[in-house]
Amino acid sequence: MTSIGLPQYLAVAAILFTIGVFGIFVNRKNVIVILMSIELILLAVNINLVAFSAFLHEVTGQIFAMIVLTVAAAEAAVGLAILVTFFRNRGDIAVDDASVMKG
Amino acid sequence: MDLQAIAFWVLAIVIVVSALAVISARNPVHSVLFLITAFFSAAGLFVLLGAEFLAMLLVIVYVGAVAVLFLFVVMMLDVDFAALKEGFARYLPLGALVAGALVIEMVIVSMAVAQGGAAGRHAMPLTATPHATNVEMIGRVLYTDYIYYFQAAGLVLLVAMIGAIVLTLKHRPDVRRQNVADQVARTPAKGMRVVQIKPGEGLAP
Repeated sequence: MTSIGLPQYLAVAAILFTIGVFGIFVNRKNVIVILMSIELILLAVNINLVAFSAFLHEVTGQIFAMIVLTVAAAEAAVGLAILVTFFRNRGDIAVDDASVMKG
Repeated sequence: MDLQAIAFWVLAIVIVVSALAVISARNPVHSVLFLITAFFSAAGLFVLLGAEFLAMLLVIVYVGAVAVLFLFVVMMLDVDFAALKEGFARYLPLGALVAGALVIEMVIVSMAVAQGGAAGRHAMPLTATPHATNVEMIGRVLYTDYIYYFQAAGLVLLVAMIGAIVLTLKHRPDVRRQNVADQVARTPAKGMRVVQIKPGEGLAP
């Protein structure tokens, strides 16, 4: 077993990203799991940024990761608020019923 | 195999397994708990990479705020989650095909980049130097070169907070609220009525 370098971290991030995309594919109806899959994708991006930052000996990547973290938190908050409003109006969270936008 | 490699492989396997459990668990509460496990393991990876500040941030922001928010919403909504699961088997082959192609492409590209490209110069991750810790290095760059991005991040959070409040605020017509402007604008002429009552007659309701 070789020592742990950048390729191993990038491989883990790539697998995590793919699992997130796969989760969006297979859970087409369940918005909560779709939101969690988006969180997984953003986590994979963060792992990539931090790994590059660490192996390039340059701290900027960690600041980018921090900003991605902020956006992820904001997105989760607004997404869940929309979900709660949607549930209140319809009594269900099946997103494929929401294909027609009405005011 | 040294201790760092063992820690890396354990954390990596835990991340991948719990991420798979997030998308395939029947109960969404279990999904959230597996998501928390994945975030914790990712924080461990960040510590291995020498990014302690981001690791702590990940635990505080994701586990402390985002995952708990998910947990609240999952428990608050009374939804039949088994019915939402029915498309799983139908989309599984196509999803697996796309995911397989994606993971092969991304792993090949990242191997190529990591071995021959820009990041080939340093074999070891950057860790704290005697004259500057990780937090200090981040602070020195964040508050100078990236101060506007920092401010913009704060603005994004403010907008998200206002948006979430506006979306979930419910005006109930049956609840009487205090209206300070009405109370202040009340005068004796509006609030009082002088009625002339003839002697011997009562006040008609």
